[in-house]
Amino acid sequence: MTSLLDVSHLRMAFDTDRGKVVSVEDVSFSLRPGETLAIVGESGCGKSVTALSIMRLLGKNSRCEGGEIQFEGTDLMSLSDADMREIRGNRISMIFQEPMTSLNPVFTIGYQLTETIRLHLNQNKKQARASAIEMLRKVGLPRPEAIMGEYPFALSGGMRQRVMIAMALACQPKVLIADEPTTALDVTVQAQIMSLMKGLCEESGTAIILITHDLGVVAEMADRVIVMYAGQVVEEADVFQLFENPQHPYTQGLLQSIPHLDGFEEEERLVSIPGSVPARYSQAEGCRFANRCSLASERCRTQPPYAYVEEGHAARCWEAEAASEEEEAYA
Amino acid sequence: MRNSELKDAVGSASVRSAGEAAPLLELDALQKHYPVRRGLLNRPQSSVRAVDGVSLAVRQGEALGLVGESGCGKSTIGRAIVGLEKPTGGRILFEGEDMAGYSEAKLRNARTKLQMVFQDPYSSLNPRMTVGSLLAEPLRVHGIVPKPDAAREVDRLLDIVGLPRNSQDRYPHEFSGGQRQRIGIARALALKPKLIVCDEPVSALDVSIQAQVLNLLKDLQQEFDLTYLFIAHGLGAVRYISDRIAVMYLGKLVEVGPAKELFLRPKHPYTKALLDAYPVPNPQLRNRERIMLQGDAPSPADPPRGCRFHTRCPLATPQCRESEPELKGDGGHAAACFFPL
Repeated sequence: MTSLLDVSHLRMAFDTDRGKVVSVEDVSFSLRPGETLAIVGESGCGKSVTALSIMRLLGKNSRCEGGEIQFEGTDLMSLSDADMREIRGNRISMIFQEPMTSLNPVFTIGYQLTETIRLHLNQNKKQARASAIEMLRKVGLPRPEAIMGEYPFALSGGMRQRVMIAMALACQPKVLIADEPTTALDVTVQAQIMSLMKGLCEESGTAIILITHDLGVVAEMADRVIVMYAGQVVEEADVFQLFENPQHPYTQGLLQSIPHLDGFEEEERLVSIPGSVPARYSQAEGCRFANRCSLASERCRTQPPYAYVEEGHAARCWEAEAASEEEEAYA
Repeated sequence: MRNSELKDAVGSASVRSAGEAAPLLELDALQKHYPVRRGLLNRPQSSVRAVDGVSLAVRQGEALGLVGESGCGKSTIGRAIVGLEKPTGGRILFEGEDMAGYSEAKLRNARTKLQMVFQDPYSSLNPRMTVGSLLAEPLRVHGIVPKPDAAREVDRLLDIVGLPRNSQDRYPHEFSGGQRQRIGIARALALKPKLIVCDEPVSALDVSIQAQVLNLLKDLQQEFDLTYLFIAHGLGAVRYISDRIAVMYLGKLVEVGPAKELFLRPKHPYTKALLDAYPVPNPQLRNRERIMLQGDAPSPADPPRGCRFHTRCPLATPQCRESEPELKGDGGHAAACFFPL
């Protein structure tokens, strides 16, 4: 299957008061039409920066230092601002974590929703209003006509996120980037929003890039998963492969450190990853996880290769690489 | 309703027989209503019923988990216990005595026994104070250790929570979220409390750091014979820490029971829905059967009549719309539902 979006060897740097910071380095992945790709990682691992660079929404102090982002055959990084605006919100759209801050508080829901539709779909006022109401109905909001005249403050967090989804999907984009879309919501509402998003995207054939830190959400939603750590992709796999047979010690640690609901034996302890993500990790040589890794050895002082261990399953770790070589030799 | 079964579940003062030891902390029909002021004269027009008659006992040495969605009143209960909110009704009994009747001096002493760890490790530490002075302040205020010994006591606290001793002279901004939460825990421990209210202590932290802090809390509980009221919406964390769990919905308790029992066999449809909605980190289970709730919880300013959950309950009947079910059950597991699962 050909891919819809190809990110290859992306490197993003920021100019800060304390010098240059490279927050994303050598990130590559591809997104196939209609699939849900999850990007997981902890705060500061570069997952949001990756998403924002696809949308070209990063500030002036950011710089793409290498790599490219191919969307349907065009390199997004080389497009003019005007051409990018055609794609943004129309072909690729995005929803954010905090639905209150991503809606404008001084305009009605109807105004903000029809603005998007009129801009991208060239509809007149009346048509746009009808499409907007239709979208609000689709995302399961009661009394859509009345909600058109409401301001964001009058809606609950869950309803605001539904409005955001309506806005993002109004133009039937090819790709929806959802950056922690349910983190600010309660679990019962999270479940509703997730199934709504999944259902609507399946209907319209929209591919989803789901950015999250919650492996539970990944397990429920994703087809494929990318795990990021300290600005790099450390593992990529099909969702079933990843949960059954994680290769990178970081992924293994993450999976083991989630308290599960099935219960615990009396003296059982949670497995935790010692230490924390190194600051200014881009200057580190070798494996960036080495200082927290129980398997770290001499060879981890040099950067491990990002190698495939099985079909569609890659990891950036010497251990994983050695294991797969042994297997090959055995075969 | 006042029977021995209920006593097991909530351990309410009114139903305890004479010889029994009082639980460490007890809430008796606790109520906190916030007035909603409107209009020209700014008169209270109505009230938000954040906590609306909650009776619950916390036993010495246990960890009681309090779960529920935002706005259900769980944090208000925690804040009322440590004295950050004044209840508008009901009683809080500490070691069997009503805290409302405490003298100033006695209240001050009781405060040292009831401490709190807050959710946000970024805003709960004064950015202008060094870690050393943050930790020494409660010792000084309550005269726990003589001044010359304060630094040594602070070192001891830092050791306990696993921070380097040279942290004393550093400021909160120099620490990561997980480390700051350790400082918050050290500060709560400074006064050698009996009960610590942990209000969402790990929800602001990254997954790999959450596990570290949860393990620390569990170790400290054993080492210092602490009692926890663990307030959280992350069910996995609550399950890991708690011996018993209480579930709240719109200011009321809907279910109380031993942690294992409650998670395995929830009785209240809301508890079931909450457990079902929790994303399970196992893709094999993604198509499991579950109750999916519709819509949002109603506003606590205008809670529905009858059972408060009836507007979202898949099993609601006319009875649920008319009258309010009381908490009842057996074997220490009680639910407020006419048709428990």
